[in-house]
Amino acid sequence: MSRWSQSERKYGRPWHGPLRHYDILKEATIAFVIVLVLVFLLAITFSSPDVPPVTVQSWAKAQPVGFVDIALTELNGTSTTATYGPPYNTATGSLQTLGPVSVQKFFGVKYPLNTAKDFVLNPLSTLPDFPSLTVAISTYEHASKATEDHWISNYQAQMNKLPLGSSAVISEMPSAGPVPVLMTHLLAMAQSGALDAQLLTQSSFYTTNYTNPLMFIGDSVVAQPNSYWNKLVTVDHLQGNQWGVMNETGSWPGQPWMWLYTMWYQISPMSTSGNGDVEVLAIMTVLSILLLLVPIIPGLRKIPEKIPLYRLIWRNYYRDPDFTNAGEVPAQRPV
Amino acid sequence: MNGHPVVGAIVNLNHPDYYIHWGFILISMANFLVIVILIVLFALAISIPFLKGKPVKRRKYQSIASAGSDDESEGWTAHGRRLGLKYLPPDKLLPDGQPSYVASWVYVFGVLTIGALIMAILSGMVLAIEGPTWWHLSDIGHFVNSLHLWSVELFMGFMTVHLWAKFWMAAWRGKRWLTWMTGMLAFLVSIVEAFTGYLSQTNFDSQWIAFESKDAFNSGGIGAFFNAMNFGQALMLHIVLVPIILVLIVGIHVLMVRIRGVVPPIGAEPAHLGEDSGDAVIASGAQETGIQETSTLEVGQ
Repeated sequence: MSRWSQSERKYGRPWHGPLRHYDILKEATIAFVIVLVLVFLLAITFSSPDVPPVTVQSWAKAQPVGFVDIALTELNGTSTTATYGPPYNTATGSLQTLGPVSVQKFFGVKYPLNTAKDFVLNPLSTLPDFPSLTVAISTYEHASKATEDHWISNYQAQMNKLPLGSSAVISEMPSAGPVPVLMTHLLAMAQSGALDAQLLTQSSFYTTNYTNPLMFIGDSVVAQPNSYWNKLVTVDHLQGNQWGVMNETGSWPGQPWMWLYTMWYQISPMSTSGNGDVEVLAIMTVLSILLLLVPIIPGLRKIPEKIPLYRLIWRNYYRDPDFTNAGEVPAQRPV
Repeated sequence: MNGHPVVGAIVNLNHPDYYIHWGFILISMANFLVIVILIVLFALAISIPFLKGKPVKRRKYQSIASAGSDDESEGWTAHGRRLGLKYLPPDKLLPDGQPSYVASWVYVFGVLTIGALIMAILSGMVLAIEGPTWWHLSDIGHFVNSLHLWSVELFMGFMTVHLWAKFWMAAWRGKRWLTWMTGMLAFLVSIVEAFTGYLSQTNFDSQWIAFESKDAFNSGGIGAFFNAMNFGQALMLHIVLVPIILVLIVGIHVLMVRIRGVVPPIGAEPAHLGEDSGDAVIASGAQETGIQETSTLEVGQ
């Protein structure tokens, strides 16, 4: 019989030693009442955070040029979303691999996104009574890809000279074809709040899926360091490089139990790797399995015996194994 | 970023936090305090003398071997009843005695965790009645949300201290590996439950977490099945599927604790572990408490 089997048998037998009184229902009731009081005290004292969400509307109002800059990248297919890869499209911009394996690629495109159509052209086509816009959409859609890129490139060259917060969006520019008309209408739509609704309701009346607006706004986070959303989340230390997974808005505690997960993102090579997410996921999966299997992993399962905190926990038993805790704490047992 | 005025708070936390920056470590004061409080709680729990106990007054305990031995009924139900009585007789399920070594404050964190879980479920039920956006519009709703948030913070905190304690006791010894594993699984599933809860807040925090976390999910292929930006999916997971799984795992964990008992001290007396005893044993403590007819004392482990 192995030493492990002996140990398992030894500690697995019924307890033959002294007992003490115990009342499981009384203990559970007292514990619940203590928790109840604590929760009410904490809720009354500290309340809970609730910051309203950002919207496409609030973004377009705060940074009109910033919004148009991103919309242009959605239109010509160069935004982070347009070049992301699975599960949104077949591109490879955000495709991550672990060694030679890409689980992300294996599962393919699950939520297909065409940023030009879903974020720009389709919402614009719902606007009524704008003949110039109808013509602009048609002109753009019937142009060759090279022509579209040429128009957008010319427009971007001028727009990029403007600060993100400027409202001086260029409305006429012959070398940009129909693009200025498309962008000025899209900006107006966004600032009115209509684009928020359109991005949500393209598929049906009811929806709980916020992928489109979040990906649209989120593209500014990656492309523009001083974007509206970036500045807001940076103040609250919610960015990934700020251990943001742990943090909460305001001064409330967030998810401190995520400390280990977010720590790996701060350490090289994960902090600079293009595959950082899948690398951290793999590390945490392995660590979680190790913790789960501690009882059967040689070495790991012996750590508590090497660092004897247990002697403090069971100090009364070690002083006097026949101690029942029914009276005074016993003196040190004679050797 | 500051939001609208906070309802009913004595201490206003609705302002940017102070952050501790040390090397590559960056932690908010609030999170730092939570971690410090948990470490102090653990240190106090293993250091402060436990309450004085009372002697066990019962004179006789049902042994495992004899439980249901005269039941000769047939059928699945009768077989199930015999199994239940064999592995979980009433004395073990609802014990009024414990091995004497179960005398430390650190033992109370398991039941405190369950208390906080019940509180989180109850406050979550109230939020469910009114719907996911009620708490933004109602002072009462905001207070119920606060109850829910702090239940969760306590739940995760108590569970962490419980986990530390069980690790340093090597509580998996003596065929208790399933007790450890179900406890660890409960911890991991609780992280998923808390995470989907954060996604279900319908506010600034939830939309940012959804956007940021999608890359991790997508990179591992999870994104093909779980879209963090689909609020409906996150909410359904948070209020139906994950809590059912969590409660099931916690239930199995508690049953395993009752069936296998609380792990004995490392290096406990051989006689107390039944190594050099006969079949019928009189517990050393039982002599003091007047118990005369004991067999193997499984009660309350």
